[in-house]
Amino acid sequence: MIKAILIFNNHGKPRLIRFYEYFAEDVQQQIIRETFHLVSKRDDNVCNFLEGGSLIGGSDYKLIYRHYATLYFVFCVDSSESELGILDLIQVFVETLDKCFENVCELDLIFHMDKVHFILQEVVMGMVLETNMNEIVGQVELQNRMEKSEGLLCSAARAVSAVKNINLPEMPRNINIGDINIKVPSLSPF
Amino acid sequence: MALKIVKGSIDRMFDKNLQDLVRGIRNHKEDEAKYISTCIDEIKQELKQDNIAVKANAVCKLTYLQMLGYDVSWAAFNIVEVMSSSKFTYKRIGYLAASQCFHESTDVIMLTTNQIRKDLSSPNQYDTGVALTGLSCFVTPDLARDLANDIMTLMSHTKPYIRKKAVLIMYKVFLKYPESLRPAFPRLKEKLEDPDPGVQSAAVNVICELARRNPKNYLSLAPLFFKLMTSSTNNWVLIKIIKLFGALTPLEPRLGKKLIEPLTNLIHSTSAMSLLYECVNTVIAVLISLSSGMPNHSASIQLCVQKLRILIEDSDQNLKYLGLLAMSKILKTHPKSVQSHKDLILQCLDDKDESIRLRALDLLYGMVSKKNLMEIVKKLMLHVDKAEGTTYRDELLTKIIDICSQSNYQYITNFEWYISILVELTRLEGTRHGHLIASQMLDVAIRVKAIRAFAVAQMATLLDNAHLLTGNTQRNGICEVLYAAAWICGEFSEHLEEPMATLEAMLRPKVATLPGHIQAVYVQNAAKLFATVLRGQEGVPADSTVAQETSQLLIDRLPLFVQSSNLEVQERASCILQLVKYIQKLQQKDVEVAEEVTALFAGELNPVAPKAQKKVPVPEGLDLDVWINEPPSGSESEDEGRKSKGKAVFAKEESRHTKPRYTEVDEKELAKRREVRKAEQANNPFYIKASPSSQKVYQDGVGVEHIPVVQIDLSVPLKVPGMPMSDQYVKLEEERRERNKADKKKKKDKKKREKGEKGRRRRGDSGPESEEDITPAHMVDIVTEEMPENALPSDDDDKDPNDPHKALNIDLDKPLADSEKKLPVRSHRPDEVLKSPMEDRQVVEVVPEPKKKTGKEKKEKKDRKKSKEKKKKHKQEEEEDLMGSGSQEPVQAEETKEVAAPPPASTPEASDLDFWLSNAPVPSNPQAAAAPASTPRTASGMAAVAPDSEPEEAKDTEPEETKSSTHKKKKQKKEKKKKKHHHNHSDGAGDESVQNGTVEEEEPLPPMSNYALLAENSYVKMMKQDADKVCDIQGNLQDGSQVVVSVIFENKCDSFIKSMEFNVLDSLNSKLQRPDGAGPHDGLIVPFQLPPGISNEARFIFSVQNIVMPQKLKGTLTFIVKTDDSSTHEKLDFKLHFTCTSYLITTPCYSDAYSKLLESGDLKGCSLKLEGVNQPFHHLLARICFHHHFSVVERIDSCASMYSRSIQGHHMCLLVKTADQTVSIDAKCDEPGLLGNVLDEIKLTFSQC
Repeated sequence: MIKAILIFNNHGKPRLIRFYEYFAEDVQQQIIRETFHLVSKRDDNVCNFLEGGSLIGGSDYKLIYRHYATLYFVFCVDSSESELGILDLIQVFVETLDKCFENVCELDLIFHMDKVHFILQEVVMGMVLETNMNEIVGQVELQNRMEKSEGLLCSAARAVSAVKNINLPEMPRNINIGDINIKVPSLSPF
Repeated sequence: MALKIVKGSIDRMFDKNLQDLVRGIRNHKEDEAKYISTCIDEIKQELKQDNIAVKANAVCKLTYLQMLGYDVSWAAFNIVEVMSSSKFTYKRIGYLAASQCFHESTDVIMLTTNQIRKDLSSPNQYDTGVALTGLSCFVTPDLARDLANDIMTLMSHTKPYIRKKAVLIMYKVFLKYPESLRPAFPRLKEKLEDPDPGVQSAAVNVICELARRNPKNYLSLAPLFFKLMTSSTNNWVLIKIIKLFGALTPLEPRLGKKLIEPLTNLIHSTSAMSLLYECVNTVIAVLISLSSGMPNHSASIQLCVQKLRILIEDSDQNLKYLGLLAMSKILKTHPKSVQSHKDLILQCLDDKDESIRLRALDLLYGMVSKKNLMEIVKKLMLHVDKAEGTTYRDELLTKIIDICSQSNYQYITNFEWYISILVELTRLEGTRHGHLIASQMLDVAIRVKAIRAFAVAQMATLLDNAHLLTGNTQRNGICEVLYAAAWICGEFSEHLEEPMATLEAMLRPKVATLPGHIQAVYVQNAAKLFATVLRGQEGVPADSTVAQETSQLLIDRLPLFVQSSNLEVQERASCILQLVKYIQKLQQKDVEVAEEVTALFAGELNPVAPKAQKKVPVPEGLDLDVWINEPPSGSESEDEGRKSKGKAVFAKEESRHTKPRYTEVDEKELAKRREVRKAEQANNPFYIKASPSSQKVYQDGVGVEHIPVVQIDLSVPLKVPGMPMSDQYVKLEEERRERNKADKKKKKDKKKREKGEKGRRRRGDSGPESEEDITPAHMVDIVTEEMPENALPSDDDDKDPNDPHKALNIDLDKPLADSEKKLPVRSHRPDEVLKSPMEDRQVVEVVPEPKKKTGKEKKEKKDRKKSKEKKKKHKQEEEEDLMGSGSQEPVQAEETKEVAAPPPASTPEASDLDFWLSNAPVPSNPQAAAAPASTPRTASGMAAVAPDSEPEEAKDTEPEETKSSTHKKKKQKKEKKKKKHHHNHSDGAGDESVQNGTVEEEEPLPPMSNYALLAENSYVKMMKQDADKVCDIQGNLQDGSQVVVSVIFENKCDSFIKSMEFNVLDSLNSKLQRPDGAGPHDGLIVPFQLPPGISNEARFIFSVQNIVMPQKLKGTLTFIVKTDDSSTHEKLDFKLHFTCTSYLITTPCYSDAYSKLLESGDLKGCSLKLEGVNQPFHHLLARICFHHHFSVVERIDSCASMYSRSIQGHHMCLLVKTADQTVSIDAKCDEPGLLGNVLDEIKLTFSQC
């Protein structure tokens, strides 16, 4: 079972949280803080598994995480999941994000949390749902197309926000890290 | 109107959307909270508008705010509104919000049931998908119950996209609504062979998750998974299956043997590290499950260890970590193979990665031996000094203590060394584990008598230097150690060299800054010390003034504690203060008081196992929940309770006074007393052996004295300047070992004796051979912790009673009863609501067909089809009705309760598994053995696959079957009673009224089991299932009729039981089937061994000639009980009772065939009357069905006809009627002898209950 998926940045700001068990909001925040605390003090060249968080699931749970540029992707899983398998899954998820957002960066996750959720829903549903990237991307695109055909997200509103965007001082820059191209903003995070 | 719309959309242009909200928050870093609260106000306004688009936008923003930690549950109703939008765009937003913030106590969830149902059956697959995804996050027991059927239908959806989601969500449904597991399981099993890999993988996921919690229910799926494992190329699926096998093998060692080869192949061939790793893991599990010492598996172990070494040596830290993790599993069973890689593991201790260091520490636990313990601990102590983070240091500390204390201090040869290590550990700054060190000190000091003198000296030093431990507020965790130090110094004060100095140290004013509970111990033990000091001083006659000075010291210092804010400290201090004042008075009169003061603290304390209290069995007939007196009405009874308690305390005190500390008794006297004591304990069920106070009452304080205590002489100076103490001991120990070696060469015979002594003292030495050479520095006697005499087995100690998975422990092999094939739903008309054609088909498939179909039956089938069509129409009408009326009342159908937990029953699948697994000489039916070894069972469970399988409806145990409105019965009824029920409508109504009528009186069935106790002794318990199954159904009427007997063997002692041999003295009529070549008197080897507390089932096949008479066979079970140092042969006699019932097979029969049978006139009648049966009729029927293998043919009100068939083809028909507690049974059979005996047995069944 996957108990929770947390994405936060180098400063512990949550970018996406998904709990597959219920926790009250304050507990959720505490879990995020604790997890960030555990994960952030680890070097990049140490292993990606962590035991010892106390909040979710007691002893039978592990944190498996990957660090991409400014973002931590943390999966809290129990012992029925394969550690290396979950690492692969995180990779699949991030690559999928990269495809769907065309060079994903932290800003994409910030402004399109809902879309990231929709993508995640095609990958994980409490357990591993789909691991084939093409299949995931295909389903996401079909749904997006459906949304477009309904045409309900007012194009006028988009235009307005495009205008607002002009004021935005920050433009994303591409950085290559490791084996996956994740594009991150050069700005100091907030 | 148009204007309004235009205005609305212009408004929307200026509403904030999610992006604007995020941007706004980023621009208001200074006053984020304030900005968000204005945003929430805006959102509240937006939610009040009618426009769904505005609402959806607002809900989307709320989802973001929820992530930031804001509670948005107040908008739950609006979220439901958005969820129910017809547009996918909004629906998706609504479900997302719901999945983020709904939970079981969200009350609006109950409003969503119909909406979700609608979405699930939507023609648009993405509506369905979104609903499934959302539901997986917030499914409640109510939703699960109401939607289980819909989701089950979706498992067979045409789109794999929906199928895989439906399959995955079933797991959540099972958790919330365990009753759905059995009905849904066959379909879930089908999905294992779904053509779509995604669906297949989902099904594997779900079943693995289920099986992980209750593995034994899924053993029968092993052949199917085995096939998947050898055929699948999907690594995800493979990993899951291999993990599953890891969970299954401990239950079925034969499975492990089968797995080794393919797994080894995978290990050699795969390039995926994740798969390789899981294979290694499962191979390890297999090797653990197989009994050790099988020579042909050492290659596998070597392979695993070798692969793991590669992983550990890899530069990838992840692989290193996993390698160590897996290594620790091997360690438990094959320590030697791991020990050879000690270098590598010690190297990992220096790794920069904390996770890896922790794993390596775990491994160290198994690396130690007597030889290297000191060396390893020394290394760890260095790490302790170096460690920067407190968590890692604390971990090191606990590991050091774990390693040293493991298996009763098995590896410690020098306890002085250990005590000094503990003392060194107290110098750690800021550790949280002071209490751990303290409890170790106490434990060692109490249990290792020989070390007490040394320990007391060390503790006295600690007390003297207490300021070092308490000086810094940061170190408060460590001051717990003082608790132990004070207690040890007080309790064993006779060993103190300078008790006066210690007493002074314990009464320093600084002590008052310690935590209350430690002060309390200080005060109490100061009193003990005082007693010792007095005794010492009174020995010298001239020194009466010195004694008085001591008393004065206490009188001066104690008032400080009397003023303590801690109640415990205060009470003890004032008590002792008064006592000392009185003593001083006596002393002034020159009265000798030392003897009496010492008596206050006389008596030995014995160590008690932590679980001892819990293990005291509740004596038979004692109900702890019953009021002894009437419930207390007021404060009076409370007072009374206190009074009586007070009395008890005094009584105890008295006995304390009279007991001298040690009594010198000769060996004979001791033995005698021990006998008396044992007898007394045996007769006294309330006796808690381990409790120290009762110890005093019953055994005169000599309980531990028969254990020989060897005096040690301290050759080691207590402090070595310039060197940490423990190092000094390491050195000394090495020298001693050298000396020992030299000695041993001289005296070989002496060595033998020492070995013997060691064997007696320790619980089995599993260390390497060379360890034998190291004798402990002193023969120290480790007093083991005491447990109550008849302690209960400890299996359930660690189980969490609240585990939701416990409810899913459901036998899935038992064929579905008709009533179970459909999930009960929330309606009085379960069949009429939403039923897919798929389900219909399945029901027909599984309906058992008699082996030979007569023409008439075929025709009947046709008729049935027709009637079904009619029925469907009827159903649709009703369904429309339902939709029309709209509101569904949340009435739970009583059927829900009726799905009683299935009684344990052995099944065709289980025996299939046996055959599939059998390389071992399992007593098996020759036909079945001929069947291909790995025939996979198809999910539909067609009887043809396995030659020995019974018809699926083997056991009609559920009486509901007869009443609940399953089509089969209805149709049959209709067939026969055409006169009565011409009309479909009236038919339905009639049925329903019957059902409702019966439903009210129905209570859940009492659990029934066919397993009867066969024989039992203190080692083994054998349970026999009434010759439960008969393999030979067709033909072979006179010869080779077979009966299978399942016997459960349960190991009740705490030793290993092996080499079980089952033998029965054959009679002329019944013979145990033995493998070819075995003589008629040879026993059958039971194909498993039993670790303590484990039970397992074996089957034995008997061939029976004549089935008319019941028979008894005498048998014996011989076995070897293996304890650590010895093994004994034991045997257990039993009698196998073959009742006539055991020759009956539950065989379904249709009413027309039944009436034809009765008309034929071949059968002879007999009848039976039972008086005073006051159980409901359906219970009665259930009992007959269950215990006597009948099936109900038809039931009308309080009258039922039943049918069964013997293994030799005799028909047996019963007509059961009941009225006013009287049951009359008219029976017919073509073999009167058999009939008579069966009726007698039925009578017996009912007389017993």
